[in-house]
Amino acid sequence: MRRINLSLQRASSTWHHNGSSMLGTRLFTTAQPPPEKSHFGNLNDSDRIFTNLYGVHDPYLKSARKRGDWHRTKDLIHKGTDWIVEEIKKSGLRGRGGAGFPAGLKWSFMPKASDGRPSYLVINADESEPGTCKDREIMRHDPHKLLEGCLIAGVGMRACAAYIYIRGEYVNERLSLEKARIEAYSAGLLGKNACGSGYDFDVHIAFGAGAYICGEETALLESLEGKQGKPRLKPPFPANSGLYGCPTTVTNVETVAVAPTILRRGPEWFAGFGRKNNSGTKLFCISGHVNKPCTVEEEMSIPLKELLERHCGGVRGGWDNLLAVIPGGSSVALIPKTVCDDVLMDFDALKDVGSGLGTAAVIVMDKSTDIVDAIARLAYFYKHESCGQCTPCREGTTWLWMMMERMKVGNAKMEEVDMLYELTKQIEGHTICALGDAAAWPVQGLIRHFRPELERRIKENADRELRCAGN
Amino acid sequence: MLARLASKRLLEIRQAFRQSPQTIRSLSTALNYHIDTPENNPNVPWEFNEANKPKVNEILSHYPSNYKQSAVIPLLDLAQQQHGGWLPVSAMDAVAKVVEVAPIRVYEVATFYSMFNRAKVGKYHLLVCGTTPCMIRGSREIEDALLKHLGVKRNEVTKDGLFSVGEMECMGCCVNAPMITVADYSNGSEGYTYNYYEDVTPKRVVEIVEALKRGEKPPHGTQNPERINCGPAGGNTTLLGDWMIATKHLGVVYLDEM
Repeated sequence: MRRINLSLQRASSTWHHNGSSMLGTRLFTTAQPPPEKSHFGNLNDSDRIFTNLYGVHDPYLKSARKRGDWHRTKDLIHKGTDWIVEEIKKSGLRGRGGAGFPAGLKWSFMPKASDGRPSYLVINADESEPGTCKDREIMRHDPHKLLEGCLIAGVGMRACAAYIYIRGEYVNERLSLEKARIEAYSAGLLGKNACGSGYDFDVHIAFGAGAYICGEETALLESLEGKQGKPRLKPPFPANSGLYGCPTTVTNVETVAVAPTILRRGPEWFAGFGRKNNSGTKLFCISGHVNKPCTVEEEMSIPLKELLERHCGGVRGGWDNLLAVIPGGSSVALIPKTVCDDVLMDFDALKDVGSGLGTAAVIVMDKSTDIVDAIARLAYFYKHESCGQCTPCREGTTWLWMMMERMKVGNAKMEEVDMLYELTKQIEGHTICALGDAAAWPVQGLIRHFRPELERRIKENADRELRCAGN
Repeated sequence: MLARLASKRLLEIRQAFRQSPQTIRSLSTALNYHIDTPENNPNVPWEFNEANKPKVNEILSHYPSNYKQSAVIPLLDLAQQQHGGWLPVSAMDAVAKVVEVAPIRVYEVATFYSMFNRAKVGKYHLLVCGTTPCMIRGSREIEDALLKHLGVKRNEVTKDGLFSVGEMECMGCCVNAPMITVADYSNGSEGYTYNYYEDVTPKRVVEIVEALKRGEKPPHGTQNPERINCGPAGGNTTLLGDWMIATKHLGVVYLDEM
């Protein structure tokens, strides 16, 4: 319903635009604009980018070439830096790491002329957001997509080398990527005169050792420099002073891995999927209480219900058994079933309902879930992963966890629910990086949508204690 | 009377502080300071073995020569593999010498990252993912089954030194929840593996432990026979045809139009 309203609104605004400001000129044209797409999802197999998502085929060079990787990469490089950035801008690709920043724009922030310092591309493969496991599939089943993407993005931002920072736990994924890297080097696709284009480009693989915070871009750079992963204050932004004090851009694996395909098939093809400003295809990871959890590539703006029912065999025990969904990895607020019924899976639609697309990691919870416990576990996660640099986050996440543990059994006073909410507001926005915000949002979402549940537990616990005291 | 009570209380408090680091570790997530013990003190000699020395140089080659410190994490990882799964303080000192920084720069890294163990672990270190996506699919039962079967507490090593069980935060394998990881330190850095066992059940993890005990290498990855890696159980819903050739064809068409 909301969707129809939206398109009506858009239609009427175009009409006003044509009628008033453009005066006669446009009224006489006969060309009709193409009908606006109103339904999204059910992507054709021929439109999928990650054709070896499930590892059915061999991930390495010979097989990857058959899938279209490294096909005339030299020509793409020769089209030039500005062309690459322009095409990515036109495609409307937004960063796939969670924030959804326009990728082309980010790439264009890199300095146009070097002041003597080299530029670096850093790939953020520190995939630790609970619920997210898309980059893992790219690295172990389609490593050449990532490596080719590194080269293309590296040319796009005039970088001399790429560092791929993989989380320490992905040991097998790292080995698979390492093997692909050696293959690419010996085939002349990377290194000096990469792909015969005359461009020198190196790819290095680095890894962490189990710290969620290293997924934050400046913490990742610190970790790459061999220090504790504690985020840096911005500015200076990495595009001015990043890795080793040189201009650096940090991007997610998926953003980079889709770039070569976008350039080959054209930005219009990619922009043709999903709603305006949310274009493209996306890897969705659906975990939790669905009959068949899986990772799947789908069109952006696919309705959540359709996503779950088409690929995951629906919610365990039927759609009516749904309690809540965390639509974008642990850092976004949960949405209750009433919202899930018709919400679209894209950046703007989820932002409108007070949540976010994040990394498109859908965590489904059915009515058997102890929702307070589930969020309390997330609070523990953030307590464990806070780097300890900023006081509001270091102390606040511990408090959040301790309060949530009490809320779980109802060992609290009614007014403490508001106190908990205020605490999240005291953390949010008062820290160097977004981990503080990420810790606050799930709890805020819980209070926003499940306040009666919290109050019921507090009341039941109070009654129980009263009865015990009476006896 | 009062004095006796007070002294009893004092004794309790003293005992609480005397508890082994292992127990304190279970209160926090890791011991944040170092206590000299006969087997873990700065005077114990430690260096990279001959087989690992070329690997050290290979790791250093990836970073600019004036930023050797970048290699701290990979080198600590290598040292941990060589030392059977944990890092004594003398190994950290050795790494500091290789990357030419003050030892404290290495200590602070080793205490920051959760994959570095600074206390002994089993030859097979079992890690259960306990974050929400795994938790709602039963990771607590998995951990209970492991602890009960091995007869240990969390972060405790079995008497034969073979196993220890720890909890990890999200391992990035959520669509195959619940999962455990087996870090195999039984054969030094050559035989080191860090394998994910996905879609496990309490019964299956016990089987895996038993197989490891027998010296077998149970197949890692998803333990659900109906699944292909991260695909849905009972057969994939997408990528059903032979899209290898089809996408190549499309790629050629679009490229030639450029």
